[in-house]
Amino acid sequence: MSIPVAHETAPLLLVQRRLPWGLIGLLALAFIVVPLWGNDYWLNAILIPFLVLSLAGLGLNLLTGYTGQTSVGAAGFMAVGAFATYGFLLRLPELGLPVALLGGGIISALVGLLFGLPSSRIKGFYLMVTTLAAQFFLEWLFVKFPWFYNYGSSGTISAPKLALFGHDLNTPVGRYLLTLVTVLLLTWAAVNLVRSQVGRNWMAIRDMDTAAAVVGIPVARYKRLAFAVSSFYLGIAGALWAFAYLGTASASSFDINRSFQILFIIIIGGMGSIGGNFVGAAFISLLPIFLSHAGQALFGGSVDAGQLQNLQKIIFGVLIIVFLIKEPEGLIRLLHNLRERLRQWPLRF
Amino acid sequence: MRASLKRSLAGAAFALAALAGAVPQAVASPDQQFIPLATYRVGAYASSGVQVWAGMIDYLRYINEVEGGINGVKLVWQECETEWTAEKGIECYERFKNGLDGAPVAVYQPNGAPAAYALSERAEVDKIPLITLGYGRTEATDGTVFPYNFPVMLTFYSEASTLVNYIAQREGGFDKLKGKKIATVYHDSAYGRETLGPLKLLAEKYGFENIQIPVADPGNEQSAQWRQVRQTNPDWVFLRTWGVSTPVAVKTAARFGFPVDHIIGDIWASSSEDVLPAGASAKGYLALTPYPAGSDFEIHKRLKQYILDKGHSDLKDLKNFGSVYYNSGLVNAAVAVEAIRAGQAKFGKRPLNGEEGRWGLEHLNIDDARLKDMGYLGLMQNLKLSCRDHEGGGSARVQQWDGANWTLVSDWIAADRALLRPLIDEKSAAFAKEKGLTPRTCTGDE
Amino acid sequence: MTFFFETLLGGLLAGTMYSLVAIGFVLIYKASGVFNFAQGSMLLFAALTFVSLHDQGVPFALALLLTVIVMIIGALLIERLVLRPLVNRSQITLFMATLGLSFIIEGLAQGLMGSQVRALDLGIDDVPLFVGPLMLSQFDLIAAAAAVVLVTVLALLFNKTRIGVSLRAVADDTTAALSIGINLNRIWQIVWAVAGVVGLVAGLLWGARQGVQFSLSLVVLKALPVLIIGGFTSIGGAIVGGLIVGAAENLAEVYIGPLIGGGITPWFAYVLALAFLYIRPAGLFGERAIERV
Repeated sequence: MSIPVAHETAPLLLVQRRLPWGLIGLLALAFIVVPLWGNDYWLNAILIPFLVLSLAGLGLNLLTGYTGQTSVGAAGFMAVGAFATYGFLLRLPELGLPVALLGGGIISALVGLLFGLPSSRIKGFYLMVTTLAAQFFLEWLFVKFPWFYNYGSSGTISAPKLALFGHDLNTPVGRYLLTLVTVLLLTWAAVNLVRSQVGRNWMAIRDMDTAAAVVGIPVARYKRLAFAVSSFYLGIAGALWAFAYLGTASASSFDINRSFQILFIIIIGGMGSIGGNFVGAAFISLLPIFLSHAGQALFGGSVDAGQLQNLQKIIFGVLIIVFLIKEPEGLIRLLHNLRERLRQWPLRF
Repeated sequence: MRASLKRSLAGAAFALAALAGAVPQAVASPDQQFIPLATYRVGAYASSGVQVWAGMIDYLRYINEVEGGINGVKLVWQECETEWTAEKGIECYERFKNGLDGAPVAVYQPNGAPAAYALSERAEVDKIPLITLGYGRTEATDGTVFPYNFPVMLTFYSEASTLVNYIAQREGGFDKLKGKKIATVYHDSAYGRETLGPLKLLAEKYGFENIQIPVADPGNEQSAQWRQVRQTNPDWVFLRTWGVSTPVAVKTAARFGFPVDHIIGDIWASSSEDVLPAGASAKGYLALTPYPAGSDFEIHKRLKQYILDKGHSDLKDLKNFGSVYYNSGLVNAAVAVEAIRAGQAKFGKRPLNGEEGRWGLEHLNIDDARLKDMGYLGLMQNLKLSCRDHEGGGSARVQQWDGANWTLVSDWIAADRALLRPLIDEKSAAFAKEKGLTPRTCTGDE
Repeated sequence: MTFFFETLLGGLLAGTMYSLVAIGFVLIYKASGVFNFAQGSMLLFAALTFVSLHDQGVPFALALLLTVIVMIIGALLIERLVLRPLVNRSQITLFMATLGLSFIIEGLAQGLMGSQVRALDLGIDDVPLFVGPLMLSQFDLIAAAAAVVLVTVLALLFNKTRIGVSLRAVADDTTAALSIGINLNRIWQIVWAVAGVVGLVAGLLWGARQGVQFSLSLVVLKALPVLIIGGFTSIGGAIVGGLIVGAAENLAEVYIGPLIGGGITPWFAYVLALAFLYIRPAGLFGERAIERV
C-alpha cells in the first residue's frame, strides 16, 4: 500500500462519502420543486411516464440484466399487474390503494413464477420464446374474458378511485407523487436486493450458470425467484402505467411493442445497473418529444410529419446498434466515465 | 480520446444552443380558434390516416379562405404525431389542451381508439369535449354520465342495427329474417367485440341465427375462420375487421367460395385501402359507411375550385380526393366547425373554450337545409345531439366496390336506436356506479 | 371427416408459408450464430421494393433482378456496419442488434416507399381447387411448390458448391474454418444476401396473399415457434416445423378454439413450441448445445 494521497484523508472527502449530495439534490428537486412549479404538460406527459418506465425497466433489468434471462414478455406481466390492481380496487375497495397495488404486484409475481418454471430446463433464445408465449397468452386473456374489465363494452379499465387516506390523488401532482414514492421505495428495495447474496447469485447465474451450479448455487430456484421479483416490479409498473399515467388502459396498452420498448430502455440505459433504467427511460421518453419539438421549431411544419417519425425510428435503431458496439454497458457507463473525468479534472493541474 | 470527447461535448452543446435559440415564432393569436390535429402519419394505419388529415385540413382551409372563418373567427391548426398510440395521444392532448399562443381549444378529436380511451376521463376533468366520430366509448352516448365525450354520428351499436336493417331491406322485410344466418367475422379486440352485445339482442328480436367468429390480431391468416364460415353456410357475413385483416378476409372468403357480394364490411373496413390488396376477389363487396366515397358532392366541387386547383390541398396524391378516408376527414372537420358555429350563436362571434364547445355540440342540429348550404347533402346525415344523446345520428349508407370505385347502393339507413338504448344505459349506469359519479340532469339549456 | 382432412391439408399448406420465412432465419443462424430478428423487416423491404418498381412500370423479371441486387447491397452494408464491429459478442447482444436493425429497415422502407397498402399480383388466382371432396387453395399449393424448389436449390447450394461447403465449415467450427483460410466476412455477406433473397421470395408470396404493407414484418413472430420446433440450425427442420405449426394451429382454432372463446392463434403455436421444448430442448432437428465450464 502506497503513501495515502492527501485528498483521500481530507475532511471534504469524508463528507462526500457520507452524504450523496447529488442524490439529495435530485430528491429535493423531485419532491419539492416539481410539485410546486410543474405544469400539467410536464407532469402528465413527461415525468409520470418517465418514472413508470424506469420502474418497468428496473423490473426487466433484474431478470435480464442481473440474472441473464432474456425476456420479451415484460408488457404481459405489466398487464397482469394492471388488471389485478383494477380487480382489487373494484371488488375490494376497502383494502385501499397501497394494498391493491401490492396485491397486483403479488399476483403478477405469481404469474411470473408460473411462466418462469420452464427456465430450469430451457435457456437462451428458447427461454425468450417462452416469454413471448407469455406475452401473447396474457394479451389474449385480458381481451377474451370480460370479467377482467368488468364487462365494459370497450374492454378498458380505469381506476375506480385513486385515493390515499382520504386524499384524492386524481390530480396531476397527486398522481406524480404517488408514482414518485412508489418508484423510490421499490428502487431502494432493488438496490439492497442486488447488493445482497441474492443479487450476487443472480449475477453468477448470468455470467456462467453451469459454473454457478457447480459452486453450489441453487440455479433453478434463483432463476424462478428472478422471474417472480421481476414480475412483481413489472406488475406494479403496469398498474401505475394504467392508472397514474394513462388513466384508462386495455390489453392493447401492453402489447409486444411495449415489451420491446422496455427492452430498449435497459439496453440503452445499461443492463445490470439500477441507475441505468432511469437514464434509459429518460432517453426513450424524451427523445421522441425532443425530436418532435425540434422538428416543429426548425422546419415549422414544412417537413412531412410522417418523414420525421420515420427518421426517428431510424435514429432509434442506429442508436441501439451504436450503443451495443461502442458501449455495451449503456448510457450509465458513459455517464459514469464522464463523472470520473470531471472528478479528476481539477486535480490535473 | 480526451480531445474527441471535448469536441463531441462542444458539438452537442452548440447544437442544443442553436435549437434553443431557434425560438418558434408565435403562430396563432387569441382572436383565432385553435383546432388541434392529433394525427398519425406513420405506422400500420398511416396510409389511411394521411387522407383523413388531408380532408380535415382542406376543409378548414376552405372555411378560412373562402368563408372567412366561422362568422369571421379565423381557424388555426397544428399537427402532432400520435403514431396511433395512447401515450403519444396523451402527450399531444396535454400539449394542446391549453390552446396555442392564446387561441383556445373548443373541441378535441383524438383520432384513434387507444388515445380516445385514455383521454376520455381526462377530458371530463379538463372540460374539453372529445369528438370520437364512429368509434370511442359507446356508452358515452349517454351524456348524463359522460358530459364531455361525444361518439358523434354512429356508434358500433347503431352500426349493428343498421346492418340488420339493411339485410332486412335486401331480404324483403323484417319477417324474412327469421331463420336466416348472419355470421360475424370480427377482429378479436375491443373494437371487434363491441357488436357482440347488440347483435345478440337483435338476433333475439328478429329470429336470425347469430354466429360470431373471431380473428386474432393481426389476422393475416384466416383459413380456419373462413373454413368455419363455409361449414356453417350463412346467408350474410358481417365483416368487423380493421387493417390487414380486411383484405385477407375478402381474399380468403373468395378462396373458400363464399360470395363476396354477401359480405358487408363495417365502417372501418369500407375504404379502398381495405379492398385494393384483395384484387379481383373484392368485386361486389359491400360496406357500411357514414361518409361515403365520391368526389361529386357539392363540397367537393367547391373544394376543387378553391383549394385543389389552386394547389393548396394537403393531399400528396390527388387520386385520393373523394376517397372514404378523405371524406371522413371532411365530415370530422365539418362537425367540429358546426359545433363551434352552434356555440357562437349563444356565446358570441368569438373563439370558444371547451365548456362553450360542449354546449355547441349538445345543441348541434344539422338538418337537410343546413347540409345543402354546407355542400354536404348526401355525404353527411342529419345530426341532432342533445344532453341525453351524444350520438345524434345513427344512420349509414351502403356502398359497393366494383373493382375500381365505390358506388352507393342505398340511401341513409337508420338504426333502431330505441331498441339498443337500454343496453347503453345499462353500461353507462355501471360506469357511473364504478366511479361513484352522479349523472347530471338534463334540463335543456345547460 | 372431410372437414377434418380439409382443415389438416389446409393447415399443412399454410404451414409452408411459415417455413419460407423460417428458412431465412435458419440460414443466418447456421452460418453466423445470429438470430436475425430483422428478417421480417427484410421481407417487408424486399416486397416493397419489388412492388414499387413494378408499379412504376418496370417489367416483372427486371424488377425481381433489381430487388435481388438491392438485397445484396443491403447484406453487404449490414455485414460491414453491424456484424463486423460486433464479432465475438454474445448471442443476445447480436439479437438485440438485429432488433435495432429491424427498426432501421422499417423506417427506411416506410420513408422511401411510403406507407400505402399495395396489391401484389403474381398472376396466381386464389380460387378453390377441388380434389375429390376436398377443397384446397391453388395459391397455397403453388406456395408449397415454391418452398420445395427453394429448399432443393439451397440443398444443392450447400452440398455441391464450394461456397456451400465453406458455409457449412463456418457453421461447424468458426475458428477451424478461419484457420484454413476461409474468408469469414465474405461468407457472412453471402449468407445474408441469400437470406435476403429467401426473404424476397417469402415476401412476395405473403404480399400476394395479404397485400404489401407494414404488418408484413409481423410474420417473423409466427416463424419463431416454427424454429423452436424444427431447430434453429436445420432447413429440413424449418419445413417440418412449419408443417406442424400450420396444421396444429388450424386444427386447434377449429376444434379447441370454440371451447375457450376462439381467437387462440396468437399463442397456440408458442405453447405448442414450449411443449416440444420440454421433450427436445433443441428442437426436432437442431443441435444440442454442450456447455463447458
